[in-house]
Amino acid sequence: MKTRAILAGVAAGGLYAWSAAAIGVSPRVLWEGLPNFFALLGDMFPPNWAVLPVLVEPIVQTLQMALVGTTQGALLAVPLILLASRNVARQAWLYYAARGLLNLLRTIPELLYAAILVAVVGIGPFAGILALTVFSMAVIAKLTSESLEAIDPGPLEALEAAGANRLKTVRYAVVPQVLPTYLSYTLFVFEINVRVSFILGLVGAGGIGQVLLTALNLFRYQSALAIIVVTLGAVVLIDTLSVRVRQRLV
Amino acid sequence: MTSQASTPSISLTEPGRWKRWLGVALYALVFAWAARGVEASLVRFLEGLPLLARIVWLMLLPDWTWAGRSLRGMVVSVQVALLGTTLGMVLAFPLAFLASRNISPHGASSYVGKQILNLIRTFPEIILAIFFVAAYGPGALAGMMAIGLHSTGSLGKLYAEVVEAMDPGPLEALHAAGASRVKVFWFAVLPQVLPEFLALSLYRLEINARAATVLGLVGAGGIGTIMVQALQFRRWEVVGMALLVIVVAVTVIDTVSAALRRRLV
Repeated sequence: MKTRAILAGVAAGGLYAWSAAAIGVSPRVLWEGLPNFFALLGDMFPPNWAVLPVLVEPIVQTLQMALVGTTQGALLAVPLILLASRNVARQAWLYYAARGLLNLLRTIPELLYAAILVAVVGIGPFAGILALTVFSMAVIAKLTSESLEAIDPGPLEALEAAGANRLKTVRYAVVPQVLPTYLSYTLFVFEINVRVSFILGLVGAGGIGQVLLTALNLFRYQSALAIIVVTLGAVVLIDTLSVRVRQRLV
Repeated sequence: MTSQASTPSISLTEPGRWKRWLGVALYALVFAWAARGVEASLVRFLEGLPLLARIVWLMLLPDWTWAGRSLRGMVVSVQVALLGTTLGMVLAFPLAFLASRNISPHGASSYVGKQILNLIRTFPEIILAIFFVAAYGPGALAGMMAIGLHSTGSLGKLYAEVVEAMDPGPLEALHAAGASRVKVFWFAVLPQVLPEFLALSLYRLEINARAATVLGLVGAGGIGTIMVQALQFRRWEVVGMALLVIVVAVTVIDTVSAALRRRLV
């Protein structure tokens, strides 16, 4: 056990040395960059609160992006949830195809979707909404299908035995059991999306992130700090609200 | 037909039913307002669909001459994630003990520690990356710092939760036996928290590997740099290659890390 721990330690050390050399990290480089970093922070003070009135519209737009993206994702997730649940899906190949698609979509980060979609549909909130939609769909479908697979099979079997068709079985045995979880996961994804929607603009996908990017590109650091503070405040506020709502749901 | 006519009439008598429909209607109104605000519409979506389908098709035929460069970019991203996570672990370690109620020297210091962690955590990696790119110049180093700082906040919070959930028995026993504070920490605290710290850090590494691929979009090195250039020139087959490498690498990292985590906890 002792030798294995030492071996693991040596391996980890080698890995770090290799990585650090490749990236060009050394304590000296880090140390020498620090004055620049603090100079930058210094340039940001005092925050320019005069920009606040201009920020209201982009913030509203950002929240609208999160809302539309989450809703579309949640709606598109519904068929995928049913296909990706072993106890509901009938065809094995459809089940595996849906599972595979969900796993594939989830490996790609939201900002990458956004960057790609900006190149496809152009700069602006539409690209951001599409990115949020795809990501929300994948996450909501994956999480909900997992809890669907764990539902009580009793009602399902009873309805099937009574001769109910697929639609009715789903409506009366599946929906009542997974609806609360589905809604709670949707809210959970909404929280994530609010946070993400505020930074989507940094890759050109609309919302307040784009205002921040412009301020940074123009070296208006004092305005940038005001934007960041307002943004983080809004995120914290929405997080708190959403957690309250979710606690009441489940 | 007959069954369809009878079902709603039964359900309509359920108490609270109308409330639910009212909620759905209200939500639909809010949605319509939001969709108008961001100029999203079904028409616009359907109009863009053929173009989107064509581009997805182009990405599904990746340019394999870029495989080597994409792979090297991904290796850098993984290195950024690895070093960033480690930096986060090192910085989070003392902060977590400062923030946890049962170890912190004082109630006030625990409060301060928690607030420091909360503050760090609110800054998204990509915003930090922009600042570190400004400070250190474009490159992987800026990415590492951004990931390191953000991970300090998120790991610190999780570490503190582990410390607070620790069994106080061994601590009290050693203390009663007259062990020094250092000895209590070394023999009672560390053995309890280290495996969980490591498991949480591995989980963070998975998240950071994804984050590192994105940071190149703002100049912080790795495969994102390739992605940004390919997107600028609309080289969809190169975008496809980079995406393929990202998907495979992220899946491998997730699988390996999950296996390691199962053995730890």
